[in-house]
Amino acid sequence: MPAVFIPALLEPLAGGRRVVPVEGATVGEAIDNLERACPGIRERLLDGGRLRAGVSVAVDGEIAAGGLREPVSPSSEIHFVVAIRGG
Amino acid sequence: MSRQDYTVVGTRPIRPDGVDKVTGRALYGADVRLAGLLEGYVLRSPHAHARILRIDTSKAEALPGVKAVITAADLPPAEDRIIDLGEGAMPLSYIRGNVLAQGKVLYKGHAVAAVAAVNAHVAQEAAELIEVDYEPLPFVLTAREAMQEGAPLVLEDLKTKEFGKPSGKVSNVAEHFRWTLGDVEQGFAEAEVIVEREYHTTTVHQGYIEPQNATAFWNQDGRVEIWSSTQGAFVVRDSVAAVLNLPVSKVRATPMEIGGGFGGKIRVYLEPVAALLSRKSGRPVKIVMPRRDVFEGTGPTPGTYIRVKMGARKDGRIVAAEAWMAYEAGAYPGGMVASGAMCIFAAYDIPNVAIDGFDVQVNKPSTSAYRAPGATQAAFAAESVVDELAGKLGMDPIDFRLRNAAREGTRRADGPKYRRIGCVEVLEAMKNHPHYTAPLEGPNRGRGVAVGFWFNVGLSSSCTLSVNPDGTVNLVEGSTDIGGTRASIAMQAAEVLGIAAGDVRPNVVDTDLVGYTAVTGGSRTTFATGWAAYEAAQDVVRQMAARAARLWDVEAGQVTFERGVFRHGERSISFKELAARLDETGGPVMGRATVNPRGVGGSFAGAIADVEVDPETGKTTVLRFTSVQDAGKAVHPGYVEGQMQGGSAQGIGWALNEEYFMSPEGAMLNASFLDYRIPTTLDLPMIDTVIVEVANPGHPFGVRGVGEANIVPPPAALANAIYRAAGVRMRRLPMKPSAILEAIRAQRE
Repeated sequence: MPAVFIPALLEPLAGGRRVVPVEGATVGEAIDNLERACPGIRERLLDGGRLRAGVSVAVDGEIAAGGLREPVSPSSEIHFVVAIRGG
Repeated sequence: MSRQDYTVVGTRPIRPDGVDKVTGRALYGADVRLAGLLEGYVLRSPHAHARILRIDTSKAEALPGVKAVITAADLPPAEDRIIDLGEGAMPLSYIRGNVLAQGKVLYKGHAVAAVAAVNAHVAQEAAELIEVDYEPLPFVLTAREAMQEGAPLVLEDLKTKEFGKPSGKVSNVAEHFRWTLGDVEQGFAEAEVIVEREYHTTTVHQGYIEPQNATAFWNQDGRVEIWSSTQGAFVVRDSVAAVLNLPVSKVRATPMEIGGGFGGKIRVYLEPVAALLSRKSGRPVKIVMPRRDVFEGTGPTPGTYIRVKMGARKDGRIVAAEAWMAYEAGAYPGGMVASGAMCIFAAYDIPNVAIDGFDVQVNKPSTSAYRAPGATQAAFAAESVVDELAGKLGMDPIDFRLRNAAREGTRRADGPKYRRIGCVEVLEAMKNHPHYTAPLEGPNRGRGVAVGFWFNVGLSSSCTLSVNPDGTVNLVEGSTDIGGTRASIAMQAAEVLGIAAGDVRPNVVDTDLVGYTAVTGGSRTTFATGWAAYEAAQDVVRQMAARAARLWDVEAGQVTFERGVFRHGERSISFKELAARLDETGGPVMGRATVNPRGVGGSFAGAIADVEVDPETGKTTVLRFTSVQDAGKAVHPGYVEGQMQGGSAQGIGWALNEEYFMSPEGAMLNASFLDYRIPTTLDLPMIDTVIVEVANPGHPFGVRGVGEANIVPPPAALANAIYRAAGVRMRRLPMKPSAILEAIRAQRE
């Protein structure tokens, strides 16, 4: 199953767990299933069905241009990171 | 390591825009001349923080030669929403509020009103006739002061968010985040040597030589045309459309040549203002910022307060690291603390890490990106502590870094694991460099080293290629060329097509003429737009192979292509020969591609600095400086070296001279290049460069972005060199003569 790495500030919603394995073929499906395991976490990550402004999702170490539609594999790592800018 | 068997990639052809630039024919924003052109001037706040009670523009409007006067009241109504600028998002209300102040001015230099007149002098005279009644408000200038209970509030409705959850209390802290890895308390319990220090850095500016400028014409058909100095024409298009509540199809943005950007020319300042003045006057309007406005009104990079604690075992292994980072965002949220936090320990494999970051509002200009935004301040802190740890352990500073260096599979505190990276190779190149192995003799001299990291980004890029009958190719792209990217992009197409670099003619065009292309920033252009050129060239090869097949009456799949020659059996035809026969095989050939590539490869850079510190004056002279960087594959090594030298020069200026010197009233006192000292050639030695090539497996040619990482290590390397020269640890930037002298005296006492 894809592994969702829980941001430190959201760990209380995950019962203190840092990594939660969830089913899902896309980032969006993984978040839906994460919400079942950790109620309340979705609204911290999403706003109006999209990733919150300032939040990016990384799949296997790389910012996912596809956002919630980004495919994930059973061995994928999913991280939620702060969106960054470059100069 | 990178492949060496390319024909074009890795060579040093003359840049396509070189002749125009050295002969003065290249057109910059200030060169725009249109029939009936008016010139504009922006009136700015004299206060660091004040409520606007009344604006009376009547006297300005009555001045002969004045054609239009605008304030924020002229901005069309627009619902607030998040605007994606391609490299970060921002609420529209903040963008609009920064373009023309609404209700309050949040910093000295905040735009309040603007005038268009027959020339800039009349416009300035009229602007000075605008009467603005202000109610001055208490202000706050540093992150730590702004975080205090009872500090003046910059934005009165701002509440701190922690991963989407707003607190119930208004505050100057827009965002707090925390990243953890392992168990940091356990890590420090295991450590045998611990160093904990505090660091301060002041606000500095990107210091591009060409000031911001914009020309706009609001046509009678409702279309708005913009010509400006920008790192991203599509950001201009989208931002102007959002601010003016227009469909993007109504805005056409042309990127003029750019005299430096370094991250500071991504957001819009003048473009919507010039457009509104044009609508009101019915004529095209050009505004060029005076230097004072560039310093006071555009985004510098944040001042910071950073506390770093690191612990190591006596065997030289770092076992724990902790950072508390507060970055000044300026007037609106969106400082660079997150990227700084992602970079602060990025060069090391540390099992236990905790990082807290705070994005803090202060009454200074809204900050913008500056070359590896946030990372230089972070590296100044972390690399100084690493140097102290190495000293306490009695280890060579490079050996200590190598002992702990990040490598493929290392997990950063913000989560992701590295793919193939070149941190170890950069450190080894530093260790083996004649600079590092040469003795440094003489009194008051010292050598310091540091390393730094920048991620780089991918994002969207587009490219088309048209084959000419003489076998040359016209390349159309949308990436502003700041550091020689016309060449580095064209060379990647030429490599695929098997023709000379000079046979691909690159053209940077406006937003109506090319597919969406994100900003020239994030060290992405040679990587991503180069990839688009690579894909477009593959498209050309496929089509050309089909034409060769038609000539030979064979299946297209039976034609091969290698090094510029199509073959089938004994028959062959070169790319150039086939280009001359396109008409008889079906007509012109155009290749195209739009990409949003994965496979971004971060880049590590290192610096070796020798300095001499005058114990009587505190002045630091840089005797020798070497920059080392992993480029993945240097497409044009000359321009990679140019990036490394430029980033090093900026890092040295940041380290030793540059700062916003603020008055007690919150005004910048040194808003000119006379008083804001960027280094000149007289201040610097020849900066030696070493390009390391650890190929990025995510790019067809192994490219990593090289524009930013090189600015990250210089301030820390210089601080470490100054320690060895003068015996004082400098923990505040800039390390100017008076500060060093004070530190030397304090130590003597």
